[in-house]
Amino acid sequence: MKILDTNELKEISQQLRRDVIKMLMISKSGHSGGPLGSADIFSSLYFHILNIDPKNPKWDGRDYFFLSAGHYCPVWYAALARRGYFPLNELTTLRKINGRLQGHPAPVHTHGVPGVEVASGALGQGLSIAVGCSLGLRLDNKANHVYVFLGDGELNEGQIWEAAMTAGHHKVDNLIAIVDRNDCQIDGRTSNVMGLEPLVDKWKAFNWHVLECNGNNIDDFISTIKQAKDLKGKPKVIVARTFMGNGVSFMQDDYKWHGVPPNDEQGKQALAEIPPTKYGDFIEFEWEKEINLVSVK
Amino acid sequence: MLKFQPKEHKATRLGFGEALVELGHENPNVVVLGGDVTGSVRTDLFMKAFPNRFFSVGIAEQDMMGTAAGLAIAGKIPFASTYGEFATGRPFDQIRQSIAYSELPVKICASHCGITVGQDGATHQSLEDIALMRVLPHMTVASPCDYHQAKKMVKASMHLKNPLYLRFFRDNSTVFTSPDSPFQFGKADTLIDGSDVTIIACGLQVWEVILAEEILAKDGISVRVINMHTIKPIDVETINKAAEETGAIVTAEDHQKHGGLGSAVAEVLVQHCPTPQEFVAVNDTFGESGLGEELMKKYGINKDAIVKAVHRVIERKKSNRFSRR
Repeated sequence: MKILDTNELKEISQQLRRDVIKMLMISKSGHSGGPLGSADIFSSLYFHILNIDPKNPKWDGRDYFFLSAGHYCPVWYAALARRGYFPLNELTTLRKINGRLQGHPAPVHTHGVPGVEVASGALGQGLSIAVGCSLGLRLDNKANHVYVFLGDGELNEGQIWEAAMTAGHHKVDNLIAIVDRNDCQIDGRTSNVMGLEPLVDKWKAFNWHVLECNGNNIDDFISTIKQAKDLKGKPKVIVARTFMGNGVSFMQDDYKWHGVPPNDEQGKQALAEIPPTKYGDFIEFEWEKEINLVSVK
Repeated sequence: MLKFQPKEHKATRLGFGEALVELGHENPNVVVLGGDVTGSVRTDLFMKAFPNRFFSVGIAEQDMMGTAAGLAIAGKIPFASTYGEFATGRPFDQIRQSIAYSELPVKICASHCGITVGQDGATHQSLEDIALMRVLPHMTVASPCDYHQAKKMVKASMHLKNPLYLRFFRDNSTVFTSPDSPFQFGKADTLIDGSDVTIIACGLQVWEVILAEEILAKDGISVRVINMHTIKPIDVETINKAAEETGAIVTAEDHQKHGGLGSAVAEVLVQHCPTPQEFVAVNDTFGESGLGEELMKKYGINKDAIVKAVHRVIERKKSNRFSRR
């Protein structure tokens, strides 16, 4: 697949946001805020950064991606489907019985979909896994990169800092952690629930290279990843500032949208704010067909 | 007369440590994670032999389990080892999600299990680990009866594709099996045949059962002795056969009564072959400091307790209550 440029990635992000809204409208359950806020990161990863082969998900030359904050999975599933890991129409099955799109991700060999390496959902576990994977690859002198996506609320978990210590101690420099710094968690602002600052200094104190960027700016995010890849000798973390619910006016930067789906009215309003793209939706609702007929007339 | 003769005294944890080194020579993908107690759990042997394939994670058992899962994803065969309580209770959620639910071939190898760890006291006496691990889907749970079986178990674990929990002990214990006797996960060893009662045990309790059998034999009681080294998946066929042929069961384990080997055996019996059963186990209490032998006596899991349990179950069998006979 050709690596997409910024304008194309923006359109993919836009489509991922539409996908997330529609998935949640169908499932009537799941997380809106984080997935919408990180759509730019997921489009950049899956259509520009990651060295992967959807036709051969277990290709041993692949870059590994771990979603530690498992509740972000709607946008991950949308990105995986759009990238060709599984059929697009499967996005209608989020959180449905007998489906593979579990409410929190499961690996393909249990209940899940290709592209998912390990289960996540109970927070704070993904960084250790990414460190282990990085150590294993380094042992084999492999050039694969390992990426792990962390929520900022998730950094409350002690295991994150155990893993941060391990990564720093072993100097695993094939590892890039991405922190979605949206300053929101389910109960409120991260600063109110459990203060994280000075966050950059914390990671530095654990012997990491720390980079910061605007995670809702694709150019900034991609160039920061490129910088991170060139840094050697220590693990790398990118603190990516984003807005929860990015792209939907009434959700943006509001922690109340962390763990709830839009109802039908809210969903329609959200979709009206995110224009359709050339990639097309995975489903057209009945009411959309009526609107489209009206607009054709 | 004892049906098995003690050959020497060696710890199961040493068998584990030595087998790891052998595996290290046989397979370059074998890696070991250490949690700062490497000299105790005997992963120090592997660390010295293969320093680049040994990863220290410090005193951080939750991270240890996650790191092991990641190594498995990268194609390695990880062995994660620390003391029983810290290998199961402390990182339970990490084992549940990152290893068991994710079906990753991580081998969790715990030493210092049971009340026999002794003087360190209740905090370090892992008496719930069998229950915690066997409740997890996909998990195999096993515990060897002596040093030789520990070695065989570790070597056989290479062929398992699912998560595994192995339970070892600190103390030097009686070695009574031979290096070349067969071992297979899920296939119990019937060590002594008998017709009046069956004692099913795991771990170091198997030797206590052999000592108890000698006493019982003098009383004219014919005891069948089964080493149920694999607690999950349990050997249903061997349990049913014993229940049908002897009509009375005693289970013996260095673990809580609730959720351990005895519970696992009871689950089989009630479904297939309801039979009177007596439990030799720690009875819903925490331990305390003391010597292993003292604690086994006080908490009712030594050979004398086993003998008493056998008499109780035979009475129940004769009275025909809860018994088919």
